Amino acid sequence: MEPIRTHKGIVYPLNRANIDTDQIIPKQFLKRISRQGFGQFLFYNWRFHNDGEPRKEFSLNDQKYKNASILVAGENFGCGSSREHAPWALQDFGFKVIIAPSFADIFYNNCTKNGILPVRLTEEQTEKLINNAESSTYSITVDLENKVVYDSEDFKATFDLPDYQREMLLNGWDEIAVTLTHDDKITQFEEQRILK
Amino acid sequence: MGKPKTIIEKIWDQHVVHQEDGKPDLLYIDLHLVHEVTSPQAFEGLRLKDRQVRRPDRTYATMDHNVPTIHRNVIKDEVSKTQMETLKKNCEEFNIPLADIDHPDQGIVHVIGPELGLTQPGKTIVCGDSHTSTHGAFGALAFGIGTSEVEHVLATQSLWQARPKTLNVKVNGKLGTGVTAKDLILAIIAKYGVRFGTGYVIEYTGEAIHSLSMEGRMTVCNMSIEAGARAGLISPDDTTVEFLRGKRHAPQGADFEKAAAEWKALATDEGATYDATVEINADEIEPQVSWGTNPGMVIPVSAQVPSPDDAETANEKDAINRALEYMGLEANQPISSVHIDHVFIGSCTNSRLSDLRKAADILQGNKVAPNVKAIVVPGSHSVKVAAEQEGLDVIFKQAGFEWRDAGCSMCLAMNDDVVPEGERCASTSNRNFEGRQGTGARTHLVSPEMAAAAAIEGHFVDVRKYSVPTA
Repeated sequence: MEPIRTHKGIVYPLNRANIDTDQIIPKQFLKRISRQGFGQFLFYNWRFHNDGEPRKEFSLNDQKYKNASILVAGENFGCGSSREHAPWALQDFGFKVIIAPSFADIFYNNCTKNGILPVRLTEEQTEKLINNAESSTYSITVDLENKVVYDSEDFKATFDLPDYQREMLLNGWDEIAVTLTHDDKITQFEEQRILK
Repeated sequence: MGKPKTIIEKIWDQHVVHQEDGKPDLLYIDLHLVHEVTSPQAFEGLRLKDRQVRRPDRTYATMDHNVPTIHRNVIKDEVSKTQMETLKKNCEEFNIPLADIDHPDQGIVHVIGPELGLTQPGKTIVCGDSHTSTHGAFGALAFGIGTSEVEHVLATQSLWQARPKTLNVKVNGKLGTGVTAKDLILAIIAKYGVRFGTGYVIEYTGEAIHSLSMEGRMTVCNMSIEAGARAGLISPDDTTVEFLRGKRHAPQGADFEKAAAEWKALATDEGATYDATVEINADEIEPQVSWGTNPGMVIPVSAQVPSPDDAETANEKDAINRALEYMGLEANQPISSVHIDHVFIGSCTNSRLSDLRKAADILQGNKVAPNVKAIVVPGSHSVKVAAEQEGLDVIFKQAGFEWRDAGCSMCLAMNDDVVPEGERCASTSNRNFEGRQGTGARTHLVSPEMAAAAAIEGHFVDVRKYSVPTA
């Protein structure tokens, strides 16, 4: 996967809590067998009418957010289904960082396996970002090495994520290759269990 | 004697392959269940790197999400067909056992695992499906994973996992007559919300939990993910052991007795502590109905749909307003006044033989209301055959239900079983998210008994008025 160190981008604010992965990518688009091309289906039922016409009232269809690469949303983002098609769709659409007060566990993991950086900020901080991005085109910088988010004015917030996931994201490592360096230990574990 | 431990800690400690400061634990996976939707990209990843499946013998696949439940062998959707054929090819290439669409063991992955005895206490079980938590009913540590993790488990039979926090959901007292495991888990999520389990593994404890059948326990553990918890489990007891006795993949003969003793020893020790505990009184729970667009938006059948005026925050008010609009409901409307167009009895939450029996008990001698379209989709081919042997299919059909073949079906509507836009479904499934059962479809989550009663009356009704005293 692509490493991610520092990313500067336009914020797309989606001020809703409990956005589930069924909304991020509805089930009718889960039938493909490749990892590519899911961006067109992102938030499909919110973005489009049944006939495929864009819903003008849905903010992601606003030209202002056309080049957004940082999604800021309400708490418990990515709840529900484990479908990795959700981060694939977000990434293919152009999102590199997702900021929310909290994430669902499986979704959070799925992001880090794909080089998407999930950032937990406080509710107050995310609200600030949402307000700024709703009123104008708003860019922020997310620095994973120093675990800090800032804008060109007075916003600055630190965040935390587990060291392991941070390393993975910073280096873009192939996790399976890392695990296979412990292959002998896995074999040993299996042998001991069989003997037991 | 060491420090008392929870079952969660015991299973964890038995599966750590490698531990290192600043890293999650490398956890061994005993059983990997696979289905057609979340696996193709994982197998493709293996091929691209020329990797093998480490333990095909600890891997088991079936087709469930896409399969038609009617005219079984005519898969009109070419993309679905390709996905199913891809699973078949992958299983052949990597030598993985597969319960194909025509196989007698085919069914919803979370129904067949326990049915075949693949699911056992103390195992670590994963699947690219968030309802893998179902298997926790047996005292297994079972959780859903994404496709990258599916690939990782295929290649290494292990996963890097941070030690979870433990949460005791203690259910005091006993459920009343006509109140089911489904009502219990819905009431728990209604009370504590859709994210109280995030970051935790839940252990369900208390009298009401251990009074449940294995099927009831599966229903409860199934919906742990709806509370945010990747896994939820129940300490094994005699009910667990007796369910597994004689199951095909369970140990047999003297080995079974030995295994049973080990299983029971996994139960949480007296005096073990959890990172958090919440409690609920079972005897206060009524039959439940979801009104909104997440599984925490649930009320007792006697209650009224909430009003935005009840909200404590602006965001909450906004969420209630949006849910009311999507669901086509009025604030303060009694839920029993809500009329339905569809009934779906099925899904990994409520499609087992006992679920079908209970729904059939209510339906016996009754008819589905005019204008209501009702289907019943058994969780597995075996459930279907067993139900037919008991004549349950006849009861359903005489009442006006369609009797279908096994699969996930209308729970997520990836096949042709779709609720049309704006129509309303009483569903025994697990998620009432927008669009879940079809674009614009309106889902109300209920127990099989409540679904059957709603089918008869055409609107929600307290099923306890149908309850016949057990002879």
